[in-house]
Amino acid sequence: MTVESRLRIAIVLPDLLGTYGDRGNALVLAERWRARGGDAEIVDATTDRILPRSCDIYVIGGGEDVAEAEAARLLAGAGLADAVNRGAAILAVCAGLQILGRSMSDGRGRRRAGLGLLDITSHPGQRRSIGEVLARCDADLGLADGVLTGFENHRGRTVRGPSARPLARVSIGTGNGDGTDGAVSGRIVATYLHGPVLARNPALADHMLTRVCGHPLPAIDPGSITALRAGVIAAAHREARARRRLGGRLQLRRWNNPGVPARGMRA
Amino acid sequence: MTRTDVRRCRPHPLAHTPTPMLVGAPRRSRLTRAAVAAGRLAARASRAAGFGGQMIAGRVALVVSPGCLTDLAAARRIVLVSGTNGKTTTTAMVAAALRTAGEVATNATGANMLDGLTTALMTSSARNVVAEIDELYLPEAVAQTSPAALALLNLSRDQLDRTGEIRHTADRLRRLAAECPRLTLIANCDDPYVVYIAEAFARVVWVGAGISRCYDADTCPLCSYRLAVTADPAGADWACRRCGLRRPTPDWQLAPVPQRPEGAQSDARTLIPSEGAPLPLSLRLPGAVNFANAAMAVVTADALGVPPAQAARSLADIRDAAGRYLLVRWHGHDVRLLLAKNPASWATTLDLLAEQDAPVVIAVNAGQADGRDTSWLYDVGFERLAGRTVVACGQRAADLGVRLGYAGVTHVTHPDPLAAVQRLPAGPVTVIADYTSFARLRRRLGEGGHDG
Repeated sequence: MTVESRLRIAIVLPDLLGTYGDRGNALVLAERWRARGGDAEIVDATTDRILPRSCDIYVIGGGEDVAEAEAARLLAGAGLADAVNRGAAILAVCAGLQILGRSMSDGRGRRRAGLGLLDITSHPGQRRSIGEVLARCDADLGLADGVLTGFENHRGRTVRGPSARPLARVSIGTGNGDGTDGAVSGRIVATYLHGPVLARNPALADHMLTRVCGHPLPAIDPGSITALRAGVIAAAHREARARRRLGGRLQLRRWNNPGVPARGMRA
Repeated sequence: MTRTDVRRCRPHPLAHTPTPMLVGAPRRSRLTRAAVAAGRLAARASRAAGFGGQMIAGRVALVVSPGCLTDLAAARRIVLVSGTNGKTTTTAMVAAALRTAGEVATNATGANMLDGLTTALMTSSARNVVAEIDELYLPEAVAQTSPAALALLNLSRDQLDRTGEIRHTADRLRRLAAECPRLTLIANCDDPYVVYIAEAFARVVWVGAGISRCYDADTCPLCSYRLAVTADPAGADWACRRCGLRRPTPDWQLAPVPQRPEGAQSDARTLIPSEGAPLPLSLRLPGAVNFANAAMAVVTADALGVPPAQAARSLADIRDAAGRYLLVRWHGHDVRLLLAKNPASWATTLDLLAEQDAPVVIAVNAGQADGRDTSWLYDVGFERLAGRTVVACGQRAADLGVRLGYAGVTHVTHPDPLAAVQRLPAGPVTVIADYTSFARLRRRLGEGGHDG
């Protein structure tokens, strides 16, 4: 497509999968397309309507267990696979990543089928991973800036099959749980990173746009994003240092949660 | 508020009020007395070092004796106020209403974890206690203090890195029902999550107080099916057509004043009981959200035996709650202080901002107590601020600035919110801060504020 044509971005089930500001990914895509002189439209594909078939990019966000199961049920047979075959791109974050996989199991061990668009399976890990993530994006994607930053908040661990390449190698944080984060397959990009991920990583946003329009886009970045990235990358290093320190591991729980017995502490 | 009003508030309203003498009631156990003494010492040291003493006193006491909260709460009438937004203001309102009938102990500074609650109980021996409590600590607070009443205002996403899933929080609160059959729950029936929790309780007073609808309130808390919402003059009715969870019939309904005569006070509401005469409400505090807080407070006071009309009168003149909504004159500016820290509180704040066109200074720190993940900024409709003078401040000013940029809001970025205010032309300014920036702002305005 050319810059002259209208870019249509669907936010998939925002009333179920919108827990972490992930609708911001759609906004970033639309605004960066407009900044290149294009026209863009964001469609809220809520649970009470049929998923639009003709969008160029589908953005799927994060959500809680019950919402994720409901979303997987609603999206089975909703036509996402057809859209991808037609040339649409998908950005899936957190619960969205899990739904695109072959299967996922929830906290109680119940296994559910995913959409099978990515060769991955997900299951709950030992503990929830919460914090800043720093990763290096797959060089083959050719990102202008390959450093990925994001905030993760999930318990899921993801195992990739042979046909799913990781989106990035994680240097700080958990991601998939095996030193990688997310998965890439054709025009599908999936990650555990919030932030929203495209707001923090404009190079990844432009990669998505380039995949859809088929030609490189001129650089546009304002200085404010550089400041943001410097800030969150420094925060990720600070958190990693704090975790390494002995004091970080020996958290004084009684001091930080006075009056709360061990059973009342949150996992 | 005019300048004269501020003068009437002297000494400066933001100044630290000295913590009242700490009281260790003689009937408490020896261990509790020791804990209170240790807490008192820590608070004194903390104040001498130039910090507050509101949390440290309770924290030290709880470390010395984890059971001291239960002991301090014994033989008192405890009222807890909880929810995601509006806790501090509603607590101030309930305390004002109960004060019309006698002395009240309260955690008026917004210290709302178990340590703040303990401090409130240590610093006053009043029989009536009104305390706000963080929704995460509510199960422990209820178990340890056996409250007579609990006002549950709303539940929505906030500080996800600290709180985890909202549904998990709701389930924990729901399980409280079995533990406290004698608790009276005052519940906002317009919030699906509150209804999901309150349904389990035996004694519930339902208040149709309204909520700011966001995606959290769009799908069923029980089964995730999209709720059917119908607008009604008396409030939006909602129901889940799959599992059957629905809005209960309110015992009290907040409603606009019908057929307002020309020139009458525009910001007034009535609170309509299922039986009896409608009760007019009028407030100094701005915004529709405070009528919701007031409705919850009046009904809570009613449940505790304070006549509703008396309760309504007592809260009409409240101007701020722990600095929230406070107007302060600062270096030639009339600064209005607001606290907003999540999508739901920002939705009500944006409504409030739409009523005037003063410059807006926004401070986001995203510290440990705020939630470190700033993703939620993209769930706030900042687009509504386009065309206004906006300054992005705080430790995460860059994140906020990028968000405002994508919202099409022209703005400048400055790390320090007060320096940003000073650079604006003299006149009214609205400062909206998240939790930790708000606390810091209050401290600084308290020290350096003047009538200049």
